[in-house]
Order: sequence, then structure tokens, then C-alpha cells
Amino acid sequence: MSTMTYREACKQAIRQCLLEEPRAFMMGEDIGDYGGCYGVTKGLLAEFGPGRIRDAPLAESGFVGAGVGAAMGGMRPIVEIMTCNFALLALDQLINNAATLRHMSGGKVGVPLVVRMATGGGRQLAAQHSHSFEGWFAHVPGLRILVPATVTDARHMLRTALREADPVLLFEHVFLYTMEGELDDTVKAVDIDKAAIRRPGKDLSILTSGNTVWKSLEAATALASDGIDVEVVDLRVLRPLDDETIMASVKKTHRVLVVDEGWRSGGISAELFARVCEQAFDELDAAPMRVCTAEVPIPYPKHLEDAALPQPATIAAAARQVLGRSGRMPRA
Amino acid sequence: MSADDATTLDPDDARRLYEQMVLIRRFEERCVELYGQGHIRGFMHLYDGQEAIAVGMCEALIPEDGIVATYREHGQALAKGVPPGEIMAELYGKQEGSSGGRGGSMHIFDTNRFFYGGNAIVAGGLPVAVGLALADKMLGRHRVTVCFFGEGAVAEGEFHESLNLASLWRLPVVFVCENNLYAMGSALHHDEAGTDVAARAKGYAMAAQQVDGMDLMAVLQAGRRAVNMARQGAPVLLEMRTYRFRAHSMFDAQSYRDKAEVERFKQRDPIPGFFRFAQGLGVLDDSDLDVIEGRVRRVVDDAVAFAAAGHFESVQTLLRGVVAERPAHLSTTGNGGVA
Amino acid sequence: MPELTFIMPSLGADMERGRVGAWRVKAGDRIRRGQVIVDVDTDKGLIDVECFHDAVVQEILVAEGHEVPVGAPIARLQVEGATAATTTATKAAATPTAPFIPPPTPTPVRALSPLPTSALMSADDTARPLASPLAKRRARELGVDLAHVRPGPEGRITAEDVEAAAAWAARATAQTAAQTAAVPTTAVTVTAPPTPAGEAPPKDPKEAMRRAIAASMSRSKRDIPHYYLWQDVDVTDTLAWLKAENARRSLSERLLFAAVLAHAVAQTASAFPECNGTHEGGAHRPSDVVHLGFATSQRGGGLIAPAILNADGKDVGAMMMAINDLVARVRSGGLRGSEMTLGTITLSSLGDTGVDGTLPVIQPPQVAIVGVGRVVDRAIVRAGAIVVRSMVTVSVAADHRVSDGARGARFLIALDKALSTPPASASSSLAADAPPPAEARP
Repeated sequence: MSTMTYREACKQAIRQCLLEEPRAFMMGEDIGDYGGCYGVTKGLLAEFGPGRIRDAPLAESGFVGAGVGAAMGGMRPIVEIMTCNFALLALDQLINNAATLRHMSGGKVGVPLVVRMATGGGRQLAAQHSHSFEGWFAHVPGLRILVPATVTDARHMLRTALREADPVLLFEHVFLYTMEGELDDTVKAVDIDKAAIRRPGKDLSILTSGNTVWKSLEAATALASDGIDVEVVDLRVLRPLDDETIMASVKKTHRVLVVDEGWRSGGISAELFARVCEQAFDELDAAPMRVCTAEVPIPYPKHLEDAALPQPATIAAAARQVLGRSGRMPRA
Repeated sequence: MSADDATTLDPDDARRLYEQMVLIRRFEERCVELYGQGHIRGFMHLYDGQEAIAVGMCEALIPEDGIVATYREHGQALAKGVPPGEIMAELYGKQEGSSGGRGGSMHIFDTNRFFYGGNAIVAGGLPVAVGLALADKMLGRHRVTVCFFGEGAVAEGEFHESLNLASLWRLPVVFVCENNLYAMGSALHHDEAGTDVAARAKGYAMAAQQVDGMDLMAVLQAGRRAVNMARQGAPVLLEMRTYRFRAHSMFDAQSYRDKAEVERFKQRDPIPGFFRFAQGLGVLDDSDLDVIEGRVRRVVDDAVAFAAAGHFESVQTLLRGVVAERPAHLSTTGNGGVA
Repeated sequence: MPELTFIMPSLGADMERGRVGAWRVKAGDRIRRGQVIVDVDTDKGLIDVECFHDAVVQEILVAEGHEVPVGAPIARLQVEGATAATTTATKAAATPTAPFIPPPTPTPVRALSPLPTSALMSADDTARPLASPLAKRRARELGVDLAHVRPGPEGRITAEDVEAAAAWAARATAQTAAQTAAVPTTAVTVTAPPTPAGEAPPKDPKEAMRRAIAASMSRSKRDIPHYYLWQDVDVTDTLAWLKAENARRSLSERLLFAAVLAHAVAQTASAFPECNGTHEGGAHRPSDVVHLGFATSQRGGGLIAPAILNADGKDVGAMMMAINDLVARVRSGGLRGSEMTLGTITLSSLGDTGVDGTLPVIQPPQVAIVGVGRVVDRAIVRAGAIVVRSMVTVSVAADHRVSDGARGARFLIALDKALSTPPASASSSLAADAPPPAEARP
């Protein structure tokens, strides 16, 4: 075991990819001299040179599309979009090209592209710099959507993603970069298929991903002192969703709370509800609930932003409500 | 063809180039007929009048060079050597088509011929061409990627982003703007403050040339020079001045242009234009015409027969080809629980 | 020169019909390949439509201003110098492909006749209890009627509510059985009991059953003065008969020793009213039929002794089937209330466990119980010689308020005789559903 920040884990992941895979290179805004908007690529330019740590102009559609083309041409590009907010400028390339080319070409063209981007709010950056779009991208067939929440996943998911034959989008929550965590040195690789149980429990399943995994764990600790035993499922992969793990948890606890930093309407939280109803309806012993971001562009002032985003207290309150709906609080 | 000037022409080359243009024209005429009969559906954009550009540019390439085209790409596909039967089968939506029938008229792909598709989002192919060229450069392959687009794409941000990137990174791309004057129903001057497309290259420190796109020899000459430059790492923008004789997509009322204008441009039809030129050089004569028309008719008939005899894919395989079959080494057991 | 039917062409993916705007040609005109011959008015405007053949116009079929579906013939042409290709096209055109003629739109039903109100909302709907999906599933599994389950605080029945109700039902059943034998035969109705002050209903059905057994057995030991008698019974001949009988039966109809035991107890009990019936409210009520309680241990713990009704009217074969049926229903949860409440005497066989014998506890309000140990070969003295015989220890516990040891001893000796003597006959399944023979009823 060693201790590492999430940021360092991201960097080590990129380093390992560049060292192991000669076709891999990185492309993005200010990833060279500047060291990356979140400092993830600091030092990599010196180690790998400007050919493989490729500073791109502020042209998201241009360099994401260049990533698509380079992937088609035999390279293994890792494209960094500074934040998912700017990924909107590259939607054409991500959705009309990366996600469709294999199918549209009858399987002739594959796009083994990895795109990393920061996501999420909570830093008083106001409406245009606080989006959480991972659930939104999970709507699109042809893409694989990863949300590493732990240092271990930040350290190893990228490498697995780079071996995929199809485009993979990684969403790193801005709050997590400074988080320190234990890194199990014996783990050499992680899958990018399965959800993970971060805390087993028997009374309620919280389905969540990214930064809200930690907020949910905090809520679970608070609930435990009241004798409520919460299971926290870190979805890890938003597309394709790991129905097996999700339904196994629902079958165990019979109660569901979805926590998502995306907006409620039409979000991944709604998708999770739908799947639980389709696949485990008879297991539900209470109407499921959601804690999502309030339906408002993220406001600047801290108290309003805090109120807009899911918080441990709101998660715990919602958990109690689900349990209350199931008739009574469980006895310890 | 070996010479780099427009005054010498080998008779075999002349017949071959002429035949390619005629093939594109006749192939698409048959497409219109088949569309009317319902064998072809969806959007279908035709190339009548612009054939010299595809044929001239492809003549300037080696087989390994790549092409990224638009939704108006039957001509480039034929000129690059994609089998006509596979193109027609694609238009029919048959699984024998060049994209297994999944793409249709706007999405012809043939990686064996380095034909990276019809891209149906205006300017959407430009960044992809940049990326293909980036891969070639990084892998040390001396290939050129030719990116075709219409003048409508010039208004898109991706045009700007892509030309800048290609020039900044010295990538082997030839950007071929087929300026047929109308972006669907919008005349160039209607959409663009500056109508000199070639002049845009200056802003990206890129070489550019305006070319008479209805003159095969002019296209060929400019194409060769541009491809040579690109192969050395200097991307080029070619503005091909041309005209489409038909509607934007299949049929439209053409309320945006004067019928007299269409007739005027038809006088400059590149196919008879090239014939007259070759006839003047004494390398083509009337006797060649019937032979070529007959040969082309058989090719088109065969293509139609091939498409008609093809098969529609079973609905059972509807979900195929969205993502690759995952190789065994990726099917790891879930160990994400390590926190 | 082949004839060509010129059809209304499909001029776009969304075009279904077209109106003939203006004909550029008339009958008799010679037309050139590529020539525009008609203007078609579509949603997008007037579109020039060309002909792909050199031809002569034979007949205009659709007049200007008329609208026809895509694929409909609008002119007849005579094609000149048709090649193989154009002939193909001609044929294709002459028989327009089916998709272009849209199927006639069915006249929409303007007014739906109103449905009878009863079909839309039945009384059942309004009475339908609100229950979670899991609660509904558990209710099905446990045989609980949701209409009788008390919902939780939010008015919705949860799985926990269903399980609590099931547990209380088990307890209530045991209590009822301890109170009266005169309960009409109806399906088990699970009724949530009033919440006892200071005591929560047990969550776990097994826990509930444990509590019910505890209550019943405590009552037995507190209220019933037991006396015990036992006897070693020689079942050698009976087992020989059983072996012979089974040899001629199919596998599914094989008889178990338990059926022989139950038959013997039922037959004997019918002749000893002091040992067959109930004792309640200070009075003994002898029963004129034998409803034989058959003690059955539950998988995973617990004990239940539902009655084989009218057991004295069953021969060994019918008894075997009754036992099979009862055991199956004990496991699937399909016991009837009467079976839980009408028992008049109980048989508790622990032979399978390997013990030699048992001194059993009477099931209140019954007055006797028969206990049986394992069958074991023993060396015994018979007529001065040591012989090996198959022996089983049979015991009786009886209620001293109702009978005395001497009477109980007669019962046990009679039972010994019944058990050591092979039964006269045993029906097979075909006869099992027939009414019991009249002579078997006392």
C-alpha cells in the first residue's frame, strides 16, 4: 500500500501508457509547458517531448477530431479536454464521428480514442464551468463512459481504456484531484466493465459515481450510527451500465437511492430507475428516490452552490425517507 | 501520365481519365433513375458537373494516399477505385455494400483503398483528415490525406480549426474545397463576407491555389503540385471553382438559382470539355466515344445487377457493429472493488 | 420497341404524393434522354422531372393539376433503341415497387363508444391494497392475503408487514389450535393481530414459530398431567408384509413404515375415546372420528403437527397418500386451517433420528400422543429361545384428567397388536380417492 493523490494517479496512468504503448500520445490544451489545467501532466513534456505531449490550440472540435483521425490511422491518442464544459465544442466529433464511424462504415473503421476530461462543480466556478455531463454522454451508443472515483481507478482505468477498440471517455471530478488515497501496489490492472461495492450494507442501495461516491460514503457513515446499514455502489462505468451488480444489490436491500451530480430530468438517474423497474421490480420494497443537482445552472455563491449539489446531509435525509417509505426504520 | 504540363497527354491516359468521368456521370444518372423507382432511399447527393475534380485529384495520388470525403462522394469513391458494385449495393442498403449497407449514399467506406468515408456533417471530416495525417506523420508513413469539402464548410469553425492545426503541425493534408457556389440553397456571397476561399489560407500560413475545377488538366496539374508539397509536410488549400448541374440532394425546386445560369455552366461541362481538349491533341476521337460508353454501360449494368442480387441484412443482427467484439484479454473479471 | 410506363417518381425520402404541374410534352412527341418532360409540384416546390430514355410519348395518363401517389403511372412511352439496361429499367418502372403506393389510410374511428364504467373501475380496484412490489411477491410466496395485512405508517404494505403478518398467523394458528377444535374448515386467513403493547411482532417467521411452540408446549406441561407408558413392539411380520407389498407396487406408490404406524394408531384410537378427543374448559370431549395429528419437523427448525382428517377411515395405502400430500403442503405453505385445529390425537415418530424411544408432550387441547422410536433388530426370548426380531419402542403419553394408566395400558396393548399384525389390505392410488369404507367408521 502506498498513498497517492488522485492527480498523481492520473499522471502515473498517462506515463505508464506512454511508456508501454509506442503508438500512444497525448493531445490537449496547455498540457505541455503549463502542465495541464489541473497539473496532471506536469513534467511529462520533459520526459516524452513535444511530439507525444502535444499542446493543442483552443480548438476542441479540431483536436478531438484529429484524435479521431489519428486513431483511425493507427495511433492510440489520449486527448485531454480541459473540462467537460468545453467538450460541448467537440460534440460533433465525439458523437457524429467517434461514436458512429464503426457502425456507419459497416465495421471497417474503428476509433480507439481515449478522451479524458474534468467534470463537476463545487468550486464556485459558476454556471459555465461546473457541468457534469458524464450521464449525458452515456446516452450515446458507441461510446464507453468511465467515471473513476478512487485513486486506484484513476491509476489504472486509463490503461485498460487505451486497449479498447472503441472510443472511451473518462470523467475526472475536479474535487478528486487533490484527494489522497491508498493505492494497492498489488493491483496491476482494473476492469472497465463492472460496478464496485464500496461499502456493503443490507438496508438500502445507493447507486452513484464519481465524487458523490465519497459524499454517499460519508452519508452512509452517519446513517450507520442510527443503525441504518447502507450499501454504496460505485457505478464506475456509466455506459454500458453493469446491470448485474446493480440488480444484485437491489435484490439484497430492496431499496434504492440514486445520487447523481447531473440534473434530474432525463438524467442517468432516470435511466437507473428505469432499469431497476425493468429488471428488479418485484424486489422493490419502497419507491426509489434520487438526489440530483437542482434544476438550475450552477450559481456562483457558495451557499447556493452547496444547496444545488448533492451533499452528505441531503443524501442521508433521502436515505431515511426511502427507509421511512418502507414502513419503518430498520431495527439494528 | 508522366508529364506535369497540360500540353502532352498519352492516349491511354486520356481514354482512362475520360472513361472515369463518364463512369461517374452514367453511374449517377442510373442512381437517379433507381431512386425514382425506390431502390435507393434517403439523401442522395449527385456530382454532375464536378467529375473532373475527383478524377484529377485521384490521378495525382498513389494508392496508399487517403481520402476523406463528404456526403457527395460517389465520384471520389469511384475515382479512388472502390468497386462500383459495392457502391451501388451500399446505395441499395444491401450487406454486400461497401459499408455493409449500414451507411448508404452518404457513408461509403473502403479502408483497402484508404477511402475514409463520406462524412455527412458539413466540415466534420476536416479534423479527421488532420488526425489521419497526424498519424501518418507520427508513424513515418509518407502518405497524403486529401480532404474534400464544399464551400459551405468554410463557414464552419471546424474549417478554421483544422487548417490551423494542419499548418501548425506541418501535416500532409490537401484540403480540396469544391466551390460549386451553392451551399445547398445558399449562394457563397449570401453566406460569406469574403468569397475568395483560397485567400483564407493566408491566415494559416498555408499555400493555396484557385483552380478551374471544370478543367481536368488544370485540376490534375494543381493536384500534383499540392500533393507533392503536402508529402513534404506543407499542407495546401485548393479552391476548385466548379458547378453542380443537379439539385443539392436528388431533387429540389432550384429556386435559389437561375435556370439560365445552370445552362450556362453546362456549356462548360468538364466531360465534353476534356474530350475536345484531347481531340485537339489528337489522343481521343469520336470512335473512342462509343467504345467507352459501351464499356461504362456494362460496368454500371453489372453494378446494378450486383446490388439487386445482394441481400438485406437480417434484423437479428441489428445491434452489430456499434462497438468491436471485445477480445478475450479485455474480459477481465471485475476487480474494481479495490478501493 | 418496348413500352415504358412513366411513373410519378419519388423525388425525396419524404415524398409520398406528387401533383402534375405542367407537361412539357404531349402525345406523339419525340423525347431525348435527359429531357425534362413534366414539372411535379411537391412540398419543396415545382421540380423538373426528366426522362432517362430516348422515347416517343404515347399517352399522358394524368392531367395537369392532379395529384397521384408516388409510383402511379403518369404517362406511357415507347422507348427507342432500348438496350439491355433500359429494358431492365423499363420492366422495373412498368411494375412500380410496392412501397410507393401508400396503403389506403383507414378511416380513423372518430368516436369510441364509451366503455361501461364497471369495466374501467371495478370495486376491486378501489379495495386494492397499496403494497410494494416486493410485498406482493412475498405475499404470494407465504400465501398471505394482502387485504388482511395492516399497512405501515405511509399506508403502503411492505415485505416486512407481510412477513410479520405471516408470523402472527403461524402463532395465531397454534393458539387457535390450543383453544378449540370446533373451527369451521376454511382457508387460512391471515389477520394482523392488534399490536401488543410493548411487544413488536417477530420479524422472522421461524422466530414466530418458535414462540408459538413455546406457548403451546408450556401450556401443555403446565395444564396437562401427563402419564407415560411404553412397550416394545415386534414388527417383524409387519415389515415382511410391507416388503412384500412394496415389491408389487410402483416406486411412486411405495409405502413407508410411517403409514403403517399412522394406520395402526388411527385404528386403535377409534376404539379408545379416552385417548381420542380434546379436553377444554374442564370437560373432555371424546371424538367419534380420528383426526390424526402427524408431527412433522420443519426444514431449518420448528415443528408442526397438522391432522390427517378422518384418519380412521383410511387404509394403509390411503394413509400413505394422505401423508405425502400433507408433507408436501407443509413445505409449500398450503395447509388448511381445519388441519391445524381439528386434531384429536397425535403421532410423533422420531425413528428416523435414531433414538430408541420418546416420551412425547401432548398437543393441547388433545388428550393423548403416541411416540415411536427406531426399528431395530434385537435378540429377544420367544418361547424359551433367543430369536432376532425387528422391534420398535412405542410410548403413549395421556392426560390423567381424562384417563388412568390402566385404560392407557389397554390402548397401548391394542396398539401393539395392531402394529405387530400385518394390515388386512392396502389400497393403491386408484382407490385412494374413493370414500372410506363404511365399516371403518365407528
